[in-house]
Amino acid sequence: MSESKVKTLLEEPLRVVNIGLEGFAKELDQQGVKVIQVDWTPPAGGDTKLANLLSKLGT
Amino acid sequence: MSGVIVNEVRKGFYLDSVALMRFSRTIAGLEGIEEAALMMGTPANRRIMSDAGLLEDAGKAAEGGDLVIGIRAKDQKSADHALGESRALLDQPTAKDGDAAVWRPRTLRAAVKLAPESNLALISVPGDFAVAEARKAIRRGLHTMIFSDNVDIAEEAALKREAHELGCLVMGPDCGTAIINGTALAFANRVPRGDIGIVGASGTGTQEVSCLIAQYGSGVSHAIGVGGRDLKPEVGAISTLMAIDALDADPGTKHIVLVSKPPETEVAAKVLERIGESAKPATICFIGADESSMPANATQVFSLKDAARVACGMNDEDVKSADAGAAVSIQPGRSQVRGLFAGGTLCAEAQVIFKAADFPTISNAPIPGVPSLDKANGGHPMLDLGEDEYTQGKPHPMIDPSVRDDVIIEALKDEAVAVILADMVIGYGAHDDPAGYFAGILKEHGVEGGPLVIASVTGTEEDPQIRSIQMAKLEAAGVHVAPTNADAAAWALSAIRSNG
Amino acid sequence: MKAEMKVIEDANREALKRMLSGDPVLVDVIPAMEAITELKERMILHAGPPIGWDGLCGPMRGAITGIAVFEGWAPDLEVAEKLAADGAFDFHPNHHFDAVGPMTGLTTLSQPVMVVENRTFGNRAYCALNEGLGKVMRFGGNDDEVLDRLRWLRDVLGPAMSKALRSGDGISLKSLVARGLTMGDEMHQRNVACSGLTLRAMSPALASTSTDTEALSDILSFIGGNDQFFLNIAMAMGKAIMDPVRGIEGSSLVTAMSRNGTDFGIRVSGTGDKWFTAPVEMPEGLYFPGFTEADANPDMGDSTIVETIGLGGFAMGAAPAVAGFVGAGTASEAANFTRTMGEITLGENPEWTIPALDYLGVPTGIDIRLVVETGLSPTINTGIAHKEPGVGQVGAGVVRAPMACFEQALHAFAQSVGVS
Repeated sequence: MSESKVKTLLEEPLRVVNIGLEGFAKELDQQGVKVIQVDWTPPAGGDTKLANLLSKLGT
Repeated sequence: MSGVIVNEVRKGFYLDSVALMRFSRTIAGLEGIEEAALMMGTPANRRIMSDAGLLEDAGKAAEGGDLVIGIRAKDQKSADHALGESRALLDQPTAKDGDAAVWRPRTLRAAVKLAPESNLALISVPGDFAVAEARKAIRRGLHTMIFSDNVDIAEEAALKREAHELGCLVMGPDCGTAIINGTALAFANRVPRGDIGIVGASGTGTQEVSCLIAQYGSGVSHAIGVGGRDLKPEVGAISTLMAIDALDADPGTKHIVLVSKPPETEVAAKVLERIGESAKPATICFIGADESSMPANATQVFSLKDAARVACGMNDEDVKSADAGAAVSIQPGRSQVRGLFAGGTLCAEAQVIFKAADFPTISNAPIPGVPSLDKANGGHPMLDLGEDEYTQGKPHPMIDPSVRDDVIIEALKDEAVAVILADMVIGYGAHDDPAGYFAGILKEHGVEGGPLVIASVTGTEEDPQIRSIQMAKLEAAGVHVAPTNADAAAWALSAIRSNG
Repeated sequence: MKAEMKVIEDANREALKRMLSGDPVLVDVIPAMEAITELKERMILHAGPPIGWDGLCGPMRGAITGIAVFEGWAPDLEVAEKLAADGAFDFHPNHHFDAVGPMTGLTTLSQPVMVVENRTFGNRAYCALNEGLGKVMRFGGNDDEVLDRLRWLRDVLGPAMSKALRSGDGISLKSLVARGLTMGDEMHQRNVACSGLTLRAMSPALASTSTDTEALSDILSFIGGNDQFFLNIAMAMGKAIMDPVRGIEGSSLVTAMSRNGTDFGIRVSGTGDKWFTAPVEMPEGLYFPGFTEADANPDMGDSTIVETIGLGGFAMGAAPAVAGFVGAGTASEAANFTRTMGEITLGENPEWTIPALDYLGVPTGIDIRLVVETGLSPTINTGIAHKEPGVGQVGAGVVRAPMACFEQALHAFAQSVGVS
């Protein structure tokens, strides 16, 4: 099962969600790859306790 | 209420109340204006205007379908000016072109909603958050490439196990380079498509091998990064095995190259067993490892250059270059080669070349058998300047070459140094002119009769920085430019040998 | 996936399903005492989470003294205030009695309330009639003009609407709201289209059940001249839709958001009827001539039930003009408000769509986990009341729900599913 899914990645055009450095998204865009940039901020405003709680509640 | 009150009524002129409230705020803020409002003349509105001391006879006579301008000003001049401004606003109420606000999703969840066909998440957030984001990605069926480092290895292993169950590939953490289906991701080069597939646990190793494949006239089907620790026993090569599976099944891949640091025996055995199950020939480069037994379809190589050469089906002679190192003389009394590398695996490859020639090296990122920097005196120092001790709080030298300034200047001034050995890595993600920057440092700090400088450029002609232009800039600065990183190391050896 | 995550996912799926399957119908207008049988003399239902007289803001106090005179509990405002301060009145949130009210949102014995029935689940919710603009009780107005209008609503409009609605099968609100969205309403600041559609739907029955053409004329011109007439219907609809979603174990969906002018409160399905409160914030917006931020009262009212069901600030993209209260006020900005709210909701409503956003469904089902994770609190479109009793509305704008409510709720919710 894993084989076929990764194989599919190698066969299809890449469509990227970029989370983090915007430069990567720009360079993908220059290569004509569809990319969507996430305007990421640390979860729960960087409150690690809350973020940890959230990760257990599965968002 | 004091002041001059001016009213103007526009019969049968409708504008939205919020738009009018915005205009009112603008006019009320003008110099010399005590209060102002633009409103439709409904009874309720006229009452509000009346309470605010804004109505005179003209306004009082307005009806619901009329627009009323009411201005109370300190003097007639201010009132007239405000009335003029009000008219201008009403006559040109439309928004300007091109000021449309762009929406960007704040979360992976929203991004996938917006682009449900997405198939890869490229993650470069701080390491503390990277696994959480990757987990969200794989749970939505996305493969991931994690550029971030500083991820706990147990978390990496857990993530990869979950991803494996879901059939998703995790490239990384600390995966700097991948080329999927012709697309360069993060730090990668524009190489032609071909039938050689690369599985790389090393970013610069993958870059050097893929660029040399291009230099030797072949091309790359895919270069799948797996992250520097995938072949550690804790992780057990989960991503490496998935990558080999995928390349084995990929009809566009005819030859598989595996580049990694030497794995431990058990992991190496597992990976080589999988390689052996494939009908495709493979080239294995465990950089710094000793010779070991290989499956029948696999060839072990010891340098990145040989990995590319063998994968391209070429002989040693095919890729031989004139050894510039043998032809130069170095200053008497100088004997040290100092390697100053931006690329970790390029640093390792230089150590391999020196070790094979029985020349001792020391390094902050030693290959097996090489002592670490702080534990030995003597030996040619080979520095990986991308390691933490140089990049703490700073960007990687491939992004910001100034990280290398101090050590270059120090080497230029050190009278023991005979040869400075350096790498220039170009391509996506990298600095836009590392050679030009390096040449500038040499020009400013180079001394007459100082060390010889030998370098190579990892990249291709199609890269944004253009390899030949980078090489020309180095040559113009007096640098001896070798065709490969391995050749550069060999030239440095020749230089000190011929003068020894 | 861990067991508790599966529980949450299933519970939220159920919660969203109940929200989207609601079938709200405006069926009647009846005196509050008939609708809410628990109502007694000197009992006052108010907007927002529970609060006592001492904690109440100016407009709320103004409205309470007014309603005390209206109900005949005090001869004048002065006495009414003294009675209130002496603890003569019994205060409870509307939300505890199947009701909602805009701004001050007072509900008492003899006021007429509109009845919205959720035909899928059989529950009913109530909201008083909208008084129109200007000096009104919902903004703390309490003079004779205000009280006279309340009497007219009680004696003329309420009974007339009741007869009209009872003569047919009521007005189905789901499709009416869907049309309103395509006509530029977001159902909180903008109710022009839906008010018109409601009037159009009711007019024949109002006429055929009327015996007094002068009264009929007054009724038609009152509804026709009140762009916000539908707001109170939308609120009763919101309450009717959300009540069946309450108390689903493991659901992190918000079932109510509400403010009393002092505190903002939310309720979450999985934590039952507990309120999570924090000090309410000041709206950002535009003011009527003669007024500034210095005059404004903090945010107030049960009307945030409209945002809870995906309308109001969540449907800003349908009513671009409303975005003009903050920022540049462009249509693209309005669309961004709606898309951003999509970051904190579990789904979209396929029946309530926005043409200008390529028929994107309004973001539906606020999930406290997503609010806390993204740091994006719900955007609420609101009116702004004067902080002094009796003055009324001074502006309109946009306000954010305080993040602290959602953080508190998250901790309690985690405990409820055995996670710490």
